[in-house]
Amino acid sequence: MKKNKIQLLILLAPSAILLFCFAYLPMFGIIIAFQNYSPGLGILGSKFVGFKNFLQYFKSYQFGVTIKNTLVISLYSILVGFPLPILLALMCNQMKTKMFKKTFQVITYLPHFISTMVMCGLVLIFLSPSTGLFANIARLMGKEFPNIMAQASAFKHVYVWSDIWQHLGWDSIIYLAALSGIDPTYYEAATVDGATTMQKIRYIDIPMIMPTAMVLLILRAGSILGIGFEKVFLLQNVQNILSSEIISTYVYKMGMQSMQYSLSTAIGLFNTVVNVVVLLLVNFMAKKFTESSLF
Amino acid sequence: MTRTRKLSQDKVVNIVFHIIAILMIIAVIYPLWFVIIASFSNPADVASGKVWIWPKVIDVRGYEKLFEQTQLWRSYLNTIIYTVVGTAFALVVNITAGYAMSRKDLPGKKLLNTFYIVPMFVSGGLIPTYVVVKNFGLLDTFWVMVIPFAVSTYNIIVARTFFQNSLPESLWEAAQIDGCSTLRYFFGFAVPLSKAVIAVIGLWTAVGHWNSWFNALIYLQNEDLIPLQLLLRRILISNESLLGAATGTMAQELRQLSDMMKYGSIVVSTLPIMMLYPFLQKYFNQGVMIGAVKG
Repeated sequence: MKKNKIQLLILLAPSAILLFCFAYLPMFGIIIAFQNYSPGLGILGSKFVGFKNFLQYFKSYQFGVTIKNTLVISLYSILVGFPLPILLALMCNQMKTKMFKKTFQVITYLPHFISTMVMCGLVLIFLSPSTGLFANIARLMGKEFPNIMAQASAFKHVYVWSDIWQHLGWDSIIYLAALSGIDPTYYEAATVDGATTMQKIRYIDIPMIMPTAMVLLILRAGSILGIGFEKVFLLQNVQNILSSEIISTYVYKMGMQSMQYSLSTAIGLFNTVVNVVVLLLVNFMAKKFTESSLF
Repeated sequence: MTRTRKLSQDKVVNIVFHIIAILMIIAVIYPLWFVIIASFSNPADVASGKVWIWPKVIDVRGYEKLFEQTQLWRSYLNTIIYTVVGTAFALVVNITAGYAMSRKDLPGKKLLNTFYIVPMFVSGGLIPTYVVVKNFGLLDTFWVMVIPFAVSTYNIIVARTFFQNSLPESLWEAAQIDGCSTLRYFFGFAVPLSKAVIAVIGLWTAVGHWNSWFNALIYLQNEDLIPLQLLLRRILISNESLLGAATGTMAQELRQLSDMMKYGSIVVSTLPIMMLYPFLQKYFNQGVMIGAVKG
């Protein structure tokens, strides 16, 4: 029996060692946030400065801007990106023609596999005010197309709606799975009682997918300050930077471009702490008010 | 009377659903189609809005110029190698861990669970991770793209759930009585019986590798090591012309050629995944279901 336990630990070893090296060792590196770190001196040799780096961020002009932009983009994403896949799944579930439904699904999943890089390239190409597809359509209708990527106020719309285009179909799969688990006799009984399609959606489908929806909402709300770095970073430019500088892009710039290692680490740590607190809080509330929770 | 009214109401709902679905299909397909035809069109026609459904004249100069770039081939090959080696390595690491975590007799299971879950929510952040990777001497090497971030707690959970649900406990007990050890059981029974989950996790990981660029941006300097997506960043986002600088009328032509190369590079980089996708869709969907079980 002892042999089996040892063998189990052997199976576990590769991942455990990797996690220790590349996830846990960096956590010790958080000390950098409380130091005036310089690579020459290393973590052991650099001087401790307490919370100076955090205060520097909190007092800076960038603090308000990055927090606001992160929250705006994140909340907007949830506001649109949470209900739409549910609506799509409800609609798709009621479609009678099997062939059409299948084709519809295959096609709407397709953009999900485009890489973030190519997606951002597509956005930039299509929105180009001189040669883009949208500009050409606008010209067809006799209108001039503005340079959207240069407008700070438009950034959040570009970010959120291009995301919807790319992931709407894919995000609905999980709800479709929940809907396909519904006992068909429910619908039969409802039909006998004279229920319309809309009534079936309202009284059968929606209650059945509520638990799934709650769990996904908790997960999303939990990562409210953790929106994807990649897309924002690739779409931002000098003209829209006022609404596109978010916490993670600022961490990158401070760390990799301005060489302010300690400040960058402090901001990153602040972000992580807020994320964990929000996740626990949302989970607690969900537990209290509904039956579903993560842990 | 009410019955017929309800029936006709259902008909209207059904028609509306199908109209929405058709509009969505067009919204997804047309931009993708446009990229393909634009890549084969004369750039001046595309820019002035003469290309809508089919190229006015077939023009493959964009592809010719693109394929002349040795950088493209180099980075394409790099991406293929990273994807193949990285996926194989990640599969070994995550499937073994998933299996070990699924066994009831794993010693210290509670503690190990926490050990694996915590990195999902807490990380050292950009700079501390960079310092660790640097100290391991992985900076600017092939291995940095394969080893450090191979562990995925999410995939481990998916594998664990699969092993728990579809490998009956009695099979292990019977094997044990016959004197089968854990390692032999894992390689002889568990792996062959779980091809579905291995396929799913392998596909997810492969798509992730194919599309990833951030780690390369941070950890790689060597031009010979950069992956395709990073080269795309130069072409699509930074607007760097791979063809060099020129002046006067040449500049105009070069700009148009660059535009063609943008469309072409999107097609060349995205087509492989898009072509594979319809055949693999079954597995992707399965993956979402397997993943959903844990919720």
